[in-house]
Amino acid sequence: MAVLVVAAHDGKTVRANVANAVTAATQMDTDVHVLVAGSGADEAAKSAAALQGVAKVLHAEDAAYANWLAEDIAPLVVRLAPAYSHVVMAADSVGKNVAPRVAALLDVAQVSEAIQVVSPDTFVRPIYAGNAMATVQSADKIKIVTIRPTNFKAAATGGSAAVEKTDAAAAAGLSTFVGAELSKSERPELTSAKIVVSGGRGLASGENFKMLETLADKLGAGLGASRAAVDAGYVPNDYQVGQTGKVVAPDLYIAIGISGAIQHLAGMKDSKTIVAINKDEEAPIFQVADYGIVGDLFQIVPELTAAVEKK
Amino acid sequence: MKVLVAVKRVIDYNVKIRVKADNTGVETANVKMSMNPFDEIAVEEALRMKEKGLATEVIAFSAGPVQCQETIRTALAMGADRGVLVQTDAELQPLAVAKLLKAVVDKEQPGLVIVGKQAIDDDSNQTGQMLAALLGWSQGTFANKLNIADGSAEVKREVDGGLENIKIKLPAVITTDLRLNEPRYASLPNIMKAKKKPIEVLAPDALGVDIAPRLKTLKVEEPPKRKAGIKVKTVAELFEKLRNEAGVI
Ligand SMILES: Cc1cc2nc3c(=O)[nH]c(=O)nc-3n(C[C@H](O)[C@H](O)[C@H](O)COP(=O)(O)OP(=O)(O)OC[C@H]3O[C@@H](n4cnc5c(N)ncnc54)[C@H](O)[C@@H]3O)c2cc1C
Ligand SMILES: Cc1cc2nc3c(=O)[nH]c(=O)nc-3n(C[C@H](O)[C@H](O)[C@H](O)COP(=O)(O)OP(=O)(O)OC[C@H]3O[C@@H](n4cnc5c(N)ncnc54)[C@H](O)[C@@H]3O)c2cc1C
Repeated sequence: MAVLVVAAHDGKTVRANVANAVTAATQMDTDVHVLVAGSGADEAAKSAAALQGVAKVLHAEDAAYANWLAEDIAPLVVRLAPAYSHVVMAADSVGKNVAPRVAALLDVAQVSEAIQVVSPDTFVRPIYAGNAMATVQSADKIKIVTIRPTNFKAAATGGSAAVEKTDAAAAAGLSTFVGAELSKSERPELTSAKIVVSGGRGLASGENFKMLETLADKLGAGLGASRAAVDAGYVPNDYQVGQTGKVVAPDLYIAIGISGAIQHLAGMKDSKTIVAINKDEEAPIFQVADYGIVGDLFQIVPELTAAVEKK
Repeated sequence: MKVLVAVKRVIDYNVKIRVKADNTGVETANVKMSMNPFDEIAVEEALRMKEKGLATEVIAFSAGPVQCQETIRTALAMGADRGVLVQTDAELQPLAVAKLLKAVVDKEQPGLVIVGKQAIDDDSNQTGQMLAALLGWSQGTFANKLNIADGSAEVKREVDGGLENIKIKLPAVITTDLRLNEPRYASLPNIMKAKKKPIEVLAPDALGVDIAPRLKTLKVEEPPKRKAGIKVKTVAELFEKLRNEAGVI
């Protein structure tokens, strides 16, 4: 039986992490379909069809799908699901919102944030903020799985799957979208950036984050933060890296004024190279850092920025 | 309206987690247990609703072993009115917890259920959404702000790109995110008072709920360890290493 990947998108293209979800799906079964539900989402459906490994794209149109309300999307997925062995979503804020609703309506369990597909019914997932790895096996007929995008390679483009229309499900009428307050940034998106510059309470103010923005821009990096920096209002909530924020695994992660609490490490310790800048040489962040430098960030960051500029 | 909040007993977030030598799970013997931090936020939000006259009664729910009474007592000491414990020593997975919650909702008829967005032990992030599905209710997940007015709830949600505002019909299930509020501490007099508040103890069977796990845990292992690297003295040295050794800039 085939696997259905449910794709989040912005109307024009599916989210970058859909390509990771497709790769995970191909490890469950070779026949992979993608559902694109939206309002005016022709382009997004085409972008899904271009992902290699995708055999078919199902495209459902309805005004109710414009903003990804779980109450409206879930019944559509539930109607399609019986034809599939698995329903897969990326574990982002859309997947986390929608997938459990689908699972409960189907009366099946969900495997959250799988990082490895061991076999079509067995998955590895982190628990306790990544301090333990559980291998779980599902006996359900339809397996609902959210996958952690950073653990699966992105499927390449260049494919040309057929796009097939499918009917919308009746709107639930339980919820309405009012508006979004999205952080505007020209910087690469945190979860897919090759380099991430991240700041913590050590920055001491939102104003001081400008210093990190300059460094990030010189490096072409995304900008992240610890929970403490978000709670203090230095930066918006979508910057938070960690157990209860975003999980990143860039080639280079630079932690600045971050102590390295277990909840923060959960979101970044799979980064290829980790740099820590902290004035406290005992800070736990140094235990995971490839390169640590002990000192005052207000002196080190400008120096580093200058060095990058000169290169 | 009544507000039902779920409070889960979890290993305290400050405890260093140890995987059991036989790989069946993590060490829980003699380990400090606390209320899941997201559930403290759920209790706080419900209490604020009561203080504003929006809620008539706050009921704290927990499912698990008899020690979950302590977790419920903590909620009662914060100010919740009474507790419901579904007592079982069996492993509970999110779908089972959602079904138990639904059975209690059917009985208590709350106008709102508030649960944490995720429990910091199993990190599933499922229970609230599953409960909403089972009840056919709307869901306001990852709530950063909650406003109740005229039979609906305005929810500001923490999403990937920032914040999103939705309006949902009541009754509804809300799941809490970190910035929804700052939970209060229980005062000593309130801790004393909480001892007299009632906790109803129910059995899954009596509620007619099948809690059999759907996922089988085959093994639990240590994650790969990351080795600490080196300390560099100067920025120039750091830059050189990043460029020539790691090759990342
Ligand atoms: C339920 C729950 C969920 C959580 N989820 C997350 C999460 O997803 N992500 C997350 O990050 N945290 C999370 N936390 C919080 C976590 O436990 C820590 O409190 C948080 O990560 C600390 O942030 P910090 O390192 O910025 O601050 P601190 O721990 O205060 O560290 C600041 C660091 O800056 C250094 N510093 C200060 N001034 C300077 C200077 N001038 N130069 C150099 N260094 C300096 C200090 O030495 C210190 O090490 C969670 C906590 C709970 C309870
Ligand atoms: C290897 C392993 C072995 C386990 N063995 C056992 C066991 O023997 N016995 C056992 O009880 N558990 C056991 N668990 C834990 C159990 O599997 C989880 O509690 C369950 O999967 C729920 O996941 P979650 O709490 O992460 O759900 P989430 O969906 O992340 O929880 C979200 C919210 O739902 C509410 N909630 C969830 N569970 C409860 C609850 N029980 N009571 C009140 N509110 C709740 C809370 O408000 C919580 O914030 C085990 C877990 C693992 C990984």
